[in-house]
Amino acid sequence: MSDILTIRTSPHIAGGASVDVIMYHVILALVPVTGFAVYAFGLSAAATVTTAVATCVLCEHGLCRLSGEASVVADGSAVITGLLYGLTLPPALPLWMVAVGGMIAVGVGKHLFGGLGQNPFNPALVGRAILQAAFPVPMTTWMNAMQPDRFSVLAPSTLTPPLSAPPAAGTGLGDGIDIVTGATPLAAWKFERVATGAGDLLLGVTSGSTGETCAVLIALGGVFLIARNMMNWRIPAAILATVAALSSLAHGLAPNAYPTAEFMVLSGGLMLGAMFMATDMVGSPMTGWGCVIYGAFIGALVVVIRLFGGMPEGVMYAILLGNAVTPHIDRLIRPRVYGTGRSRQGGGPPAAKEAS
Amino acid sequence: MRLFTRKSFAHGVHPPECKDATRNLPIRQFPFAPLLSVPLVQHLGKPARPVVTEDQEVVRGQLIGEADGWMSVAMHAPVSGVVKRIGLMPSITGQMVPGVFLAPFAASTQEVIEGTPCAVDSAEPSAIARAIQQAGIVGLGGAAFPTHVKVTVPEGKRVDTIIVNGVECEPYLTTDHRVMLEQGDDVITGIRYLLKVTGADRVMIGIEANKRDAAKALGDRVPPDLPCTVEVVEVKYPQGAEKMLITALLGREVPSGGLPADAGAMCINVATTAEIGRLLPHGRGIQERVITVSGPGVKKKGNYRIAIGTPLRFILDTVGAEGDISRVFMGGPMMGQAASSLDIPVVKGTSGVIVLTSRETGPLAKRREYPCIRCGYCVDVCPLSLNPSALGLLAKNPQYEQMAAEFHLMDCFECGSCSFVCPSHIPLVHHFRVSKAWIRKHKASS
Repeated sequence: MSDILTIRTSPHIAGGASVDVIMYHVILALVPVTGFAVYAFGLSAAATVTTAVATCVLCEHGLCRLSGEASVVADGSAVITGLLYGLTLPPALPLWMVAVGGMIAVGVGKHLFGGLGQNPFNPALVGRAILQAAFPVPMTTWMNAMQPDRFSVLAPSTLTPPLSAPPAAGTGLGDGIDIVTGATPLAAWKFERVATGAGDLLLGVTSGSTGETCAVLIALGGVFLIARNMMNWRIPAAILATVAALSSLAHGLAPNAYPTAEFMVLSGGLMLGAMFMATDMVGSPMTGWGCVIYGAFIGALVVVIRLFGGMPEGVMYAILLGNAVTPHIDRLIRPRVYGTGRSRQGGGPPAAKEAS
Repeated sequence: MRLFTRKSFAHGVHPPECKDATRNLPIRQFPFAPLLSVPLVQHLGKPARPVVTEDQEVVRGQLIGEADGWMSVAMHAPVSGVVKRIGLMPSITGQMVPGVFLAPFAASTQEVIEGTPCAVDSAEPSAIARAIQQAGIVGLGGAAFPTHVKVTVPEGKRVDTIIVNGVECEPYLTTDHRVMLEQGDDVITGIRYLLKVTGADRVMIGIEANKRDAAKALGDRVPPDLPCTVEVVEVKYPQGAEKMLITALLGREVPSGGLPADAGAMCINVATTAEIGRLLPHGRGIQERVITVSGPGVKKKGNYRIAIGTPLRFILDTVGAEGDISRVFMGGPMMGQAASSLDIPVVKGTSGVIVLTSRETGPLAKRREYPCIRCGYCVDVCPLSLNPSALGLLAKNPQYEQMAAEFHLMDCFECGSCSFVCPSHIPLVHHFRVSKAWIRKHKASS
């Protein structure tokens, strides 16, 4: 019998997954979505996602080294940021733009705020939002899905030399890969009142961002994470329910002006955003009811932006605004402490004190 | 009698039970160690005053320390033998405490002497409380709060329901389970004393649904004249915490900073109840208690009646250690305290001696601490609906006063659920203990 005893304070056992295990599960849940994206959009999509992930991981590693700390790449969070960021980009986006946005996502969206656990906004969406503002045309130039040559040639815009503009949409027609402007189902509805069928939206044979088109696989990934207790189901449920309720109300009032609820729920980035972006633990509220309010807020914003805004899609901005109100929701919704007549608990994350 | 209701509290966790190895093993008498170290403070409060001298011979059950004031209880000789020394000995808290070293007589029959009985029918309530103090009875669930203080209802308050706590929600532990199965009559007798001393109307025995045999056994023993019911509660940790069990059974909440009596209830461990029923009719004191010795590092796991003051080293030598032992703790794995030395003796509050090997502790020790990712798991499990995440961030800053003033730090009873689930491996409960100690110290000094 050895006499060397370790002393630790209780509890002496632990349950539940650790941070890196949760991260790897999220990556696993995104594998089918990524696989389908590559299948639907071919080499260009593969290049986009690979560049996004590589940029985010290298950027995280470099920033850790720069600040003199051990690299935290192994926790998997940079891979998720890169993966989600890549999946929200148009498949034929010039790769140099992908790299710039990836650096912004990790550098500005995450490390500027203090790294894992400190970022108020979803880093992947920060990167995408800045790209959207900086390069509005390439960010709304899409590839049609399932083009015959997608596995043999890249889209003409993918390999645009750094700091130069990609070729205009419409070039390359009839030769290799076609890229077109404003051809997503949401844009088709917004500008031409053409509705895409629910079957196409579910299966993802439409144009759109790299990983947002196949609603079925995205939902499957989400259900997998919910089943493993690694995602708060209230957030996607509240978002989808709010979008469905508000859009069916609008459609009921004016069927010609507004699309149906199933079109609204299945099109665009809603499913990917509701399942994988809004549920980022760092940027979402901590309490159950807080998550419901947060989800309803995002859902309402999505409907408002899509139906009444100038843009066809609004999931990204809705989630970023949701992230922004999260601290307020956490201050507002505080569980009543046991044994107190009413809630007197301080709310929200406390402000960090300067290290002295 | 309701046997199959399923009552519970909000939140909580489900740690692995680990009770199968010992739940069916009857209580067995443990041999006496060659030298026992009996601390004079085994309870919350003032140490007992020693009434023996070095080289004095004592008989098993004889008083060796008398209660020093109201917040103190008596101490009795766990063996017939000779007092070797009165001095300092190691304790589980890490501090050296005063105590009596006793060497048993090898040839003694180890019969326990009788004292002045306290009859349940004739004794006054105050006399019963005094008898409980003289019997040295403290909360055997682990807290070791003097039982006579607990059963004395404060002036101006009324307790209508006594809750006998047979939940035993900690993994590994099966002492209360075996006591309920084997000492049912003692429990019933103890309940009679409790009803008399508190003036309560009724008694509820709360038992977790994984001990239905005990619930059945006790239910069958309740005589028709006793206002006592057996209630089965959901298997969930920390169901056995005083506040949680009161809420599960009565639907009432103990006010923040208040006593169970403020909710009209009193919660007492079932083994403590059994000791009252076993000792008071004979005027005896506690000299031993039932302890679950279990864990992956133990060969002969079991529920043993072990003399108070038996050093851990003797227990491990007797049951046999297995593998590379790396941690020994007293109590369950969720709230138990790790021993820094095997010379530490078991005391009245020791419900279990659990031994882990490096196979269990190694992976936990190697884990890296991540920043809080605000996942909210801790908020989901805290039985008091505190915000452990925010408390943890404040403790690191540190802003102890804000933790106590705004986040109800002092309500935390350190059940460990938040640390148990934290995916970032933040030792939340450890931070809270440090913070609470700081607050207490500053309150006392100001």
